[in-house]
Amino acid sequence: MSLWKVFSRGIIEENPYFVLALSLCPGLAVTTSVVNGLTMGLTVWFVITSNNVVVSIIRKTINKKVRVPVYITCIATIVTCVQLFLQAYAPDLYKALGVYLDLVVVFAIILARAESIASKNGIVVSFLDGMGMGVGFTIAMIVISVVRELFGNGTLLGIPMFGPTYQPALILALPPGAFMLIGFLMAGLKMWNESREKAKQLKGSEG
Amino acid sequence: MSPEAKGQTMGKDAKDMQDFKLTVSSSPHVRCTETIPKIMWNVVAALVPAAAFGVYYFGISALVNIIVAIVSAVVFEFLWEKMMHKKITITDGSAVITGLLLAMTCPPTLPWWMSIIGSFLAIIVCKQSMGGLGYNLFNPAHVGRAGLMVSWPVAMTTWTQVNGTVVDGVAGATPLNILKHGGHDAVLQLFGNDPGTMYQSLFFGFRNGSLGETSTVLLVLGGLYLIYKGYINWQAPVVMIATVGVLTWIFGGVSFGTGLFSGDPLFHMMAGGLIIGAFFMITDMVTAPITLKGQIIFAFGAGLITVLIRLLGGYPEGVCYSILLMNALTPLIDRLVKPAVFGEVKTKGAK
Repeated sequence: MSLWKVFSRGIIEENPYFVLALSLCPGLAVTTSVVNGLTMGLTVWFVITSNNVVVSIIRKTINKKVRVPVYITCIATIVTCVQLFLQAYAPDLYKALGVYLDLVVVFAIILARAESIASKNGIVVSFLDGMGMGVGFTIAMIVISVVRELFGNGTLLGIPMFGPTYQPALILALPPGAFMLIGFLMAGLKMWNESREKAKQLKGSEG
Repeated sequence: MSPEAKGQTMGKDAKDMQDFKLTVSSSPHVRCTETIPKIMWNVVAALVPAAAFGVYYFGISALVNIIVAIVSAVVFEFLWEKMMHKKITITDGSAVITGLLLAMTCPPTLPWWMSIIGSFLAIIVCKQSMGGLGYNLFNPAHVGRAGLMVSWPVAMTTWTQVNGTVVDGVAGATPLNILKHGGHDAVLQLFGNDPGTMYQSLFFGFRNGSLGETSTVLLVLGGLYLIYKGYINWQAPVVMIATVGVLTWIFGGVSFGTGLFSGDPLFHMMAGGLIIGAFFMITDMVTAPITLKGQIIFAFGAGLITVLIRLLGGYPEGVCYSILLMNALTPLIDRLVKPAVFGEVKTKGAK
């Protein structure tokens, strides 16, 4: 597999959110505004990439029997760094994300990449995989939060978009609306992936 | 239908039968003389009197809402089926019923664009994304209503002042709303301190409320028509209404300090959306249990949750949520009351 493929598969084909369907809870909880969604996306991006690199470096010295606690310790360390950073430079965001920032430690996607990619591959592959997954996750967060903020609150990045007469659809600001939205986005991406797959196969059979 | 008859029909117009197969839900299968469109259009006919009364009583905005809801429901169904390359089933009347029921369970003054979003929630989110007619877990019209209720609570609980030509001096809240906030005396005051007038208004529908839920008598007549035609059974509506009546009679007065057995069951049975829910929602062939026993359990549960919400919950009315909650339990109820397989011998103590 080419290195470009390692990076790019996380964006659409194996999007961690819409295709692998791992770590769905931040999409329901913190994507009510674009700023929150973006911060969560960037946080996960940073954590997953750094953790992949760290795990890849120490992969040969880890005793297989205690590997999960070791991975979790690595992730917790990195998340704590992010938390301290946010607390220092963006205290409002830190407050808005609240407990979900702590929960990044146990996001399934991060542990899954450490287990399935970083513990078996070299640093370059692990790094690129983390980058790709991070980009995919961030894109998912942005897409969800744009729709939710726009229609659930009538604003985009805090700026009112529809004028004062707009009555926001509160359901999108609440978890059930997010669930429906995520379901339809997943279905849409699956349809797109399948049609691309089909087109590829057709091409292959012709050539 | 006997196997031979089935064979003959298949030979005659096999295409029709194949189309028919696609829209049938799980067993028991609909008999061959009753097609889905026929049943659906009969249900529409049974709903029309109550809807017409709503238009007469609430005025032109009610008519606009009904038309917008029905048209948008049919259009959404058409667009989705076109997009998914499915067979277009807009003529079977199921989307029409969904739109009509949605409009009938919403306030008559609802902005028209909210009706469209309600239809979207009902048809696309609830029904078509689960696989279309026969596969939806929840009652589509009530999903649309619940979604609107969560999204625009103010618009969904704004009840019009009635135009005055029919009844004078009706306050801008539903009787159940007044009961919740002002107690039983406040409700009586609304109808001139005369219980007779109150029951009469509730019975004939001269009260504030959702578009098509006000006229008890017309809804019951529609329900009786469906029972007469054999499309719904009489047990489920009776059980649900009786559950609400008995429980509100026992516990209805407790919160007003008058003790047990002092509630007003007649008021509770006719107010709110209970009648339309009992005759037209819990008897939905798709979202209710299959067996009669299951349907009775379903109706009892719906009545129980309705009373809990009305007497103890934050909302004045709970029919919509109670039916949705019981919809979620339908598969479990079906499993609980699974009838014995033909020829099965019951063994003692064996599990």
